[in-house]
Amino acid sequence: MDSALIPKGVNRCPLSELILKLGPVVAVLLWGVVAMFMCWIKGLNQTNMNDSYGFALWIWADLTVIALGGGAFFTGLLRYIIGKDKLKNIINFAVLIGFICYSSALLILAIDIGQPLRGWFIFWHANVHSMLTEVAFCLTCYFMVLTIEYLPLILENRQIDRLPFFHNLSHNMHEIMAVFAATGAFLSFFHQGSLGGVAGVLFGRPFAFREGIFIWPWTFFLFTWSAAACGPCFTIMLLKITERITRKKLVKDDVVDLLAKIAGWMLTTYIIAKIIDTWYWAMVTAPSLGFELTDFYSNNPFYGMWILILEIVVCGIIPSIILISKKGRSNPVSFMTAVVLAVLGACVNRWAMVLQVMAAPVLTFEGWPMYYPSWQEVATTLLPVAYGIILVALSYRYLPVFPQEVELNPVESEDQGGKAKKAALSGAEVSPARA
Amino acid sequence: MFPFNFEWIWDMSHLVFMGGLWFALNILGLGMTYCIIKAAIDTSKGKGGEHS
Repeated sequence: MDSALIPKGVNRCPLSELILKLGPVVAVLLWGVVAMFMCWIKGLNQTNMNDSYGFALWIWADLTVIALGGGAFFTGLLRYIIGKDKLKNIINFAVLIGFICYSSALLILAIDIGQPLRGWFIFWHANVHSMLTEVAFCLTCYFMVLTIEYLPLILENRQIDRLPFFHNLSHNMHEIMAVFAATGAFLSFFHQGSLGGVAGVLFGRPFAFREGIFIWPWTFFLFTWSAAACGPCFTIMLLKITERITRKKLVKDDVVDLLAKIAGWMLTTYIIAKIIDTWYWAMVTAPSLGFELTDFYSNNPFYGMWILILEIVVCGIIPSIILISKKGRSNPVSFMTAVVLAVLGACVNRWAMVLQVMAAPVLTFEGWPMYYPSWQEVATTLLPVAYGIILVALSYRYLPVFPQEVELNPVESEDQGGKAKKAALSGAEVSPARA
Repeated sequence: MFPFNFEWIWDMSHLVFMGGLWFALNILGLGMTYCIIKAAIDTSKGKGGEHS
């Protein structure tokens, strides 16, 4: 029915099967849309946020998707600025994931501000002393960059590409993509950092407060660093899930290996910096403010000492050791474990820097306030996940997201196909179907 | 916010924040304008027709 829209040389399931499979995802999406409109119509009383938790599930989700969407800027930086040409075979997917992550972040913010009709106030009546203003500026601009990077992929759809204007536009955008990628890297560095900076400058919250250079606390650099390390891991994780669902190899192993190796070294250097930062904070910064390390952790289920061990040891040291070793990367089980742990590490770090910061008692008479999200918060947080799944499915179906797919999965007679596939999987360098 | 708005103050914070925003928006705007105009010119010269 829609075969004219599907890229040449690839196999896709029938449209009816796709619609059937996406049915439950669409149901979750609609559930989230209902909750979203409830928040907009009835207000933020639909949430369980309170005076202790001005930042809650949404802001955690926001910071997490922004960190994990960092795979787009870092892969773009490696591909267009540093010149890792091999990554051209995964950059489309990284951009797609980044686009989903950042559009999700903006959607969550649009719900979180309560009155989205006043969203433009942050640009027009900007508070130029707030790191969050810079985050809003960079986030919006970087989303524009991702849209510009995603647009040529849409224009390469079989039917759209037939129109000469769109073909030329796509070609021209590819030609100057390095300019957009450099702008994206610049914007990402600052907004990823400023999200960490917001926590680091909270001198009234000793759990988060850090020293630093000039106006930038150490958390500024750690956030950017962790996004560059864990973002590519998220891209790889989703690639492997997509390959499992489609039962196809979509990107050659040497491409994934290169990205994983770079991410591994970024993660290693990040976790060393993070350990130094944590040690200095626990031994010098916090005691100077009258606190001990144990004051920041509790026996309750959300904020125990386990969170520190999970973040640094389990989700930091272990995956970094696996990813920097060739043996670790070549074993599929250890490789996937490392990638998933690195992604989990970013989630745990953002959890601590958003929710634990709010919960840790500051005054002697304060306890540990607990927070459980309302169903509206949960539904609106799952909404971007459902939207992401749908967009990945549609992009995979109609756009040439994976340049190596045709080569790795030839649609030919059984004999020829088998030979070509064997040659491709053995790592023989063949020019990609679409550069 | 622009310098002619009543909230504007000529200080470093406003220059850095708003200057950075305009700078980024200008790069993106000029880049896209270049691509669109070049695509229109190329199309008028008959380029890209072999893909139809």
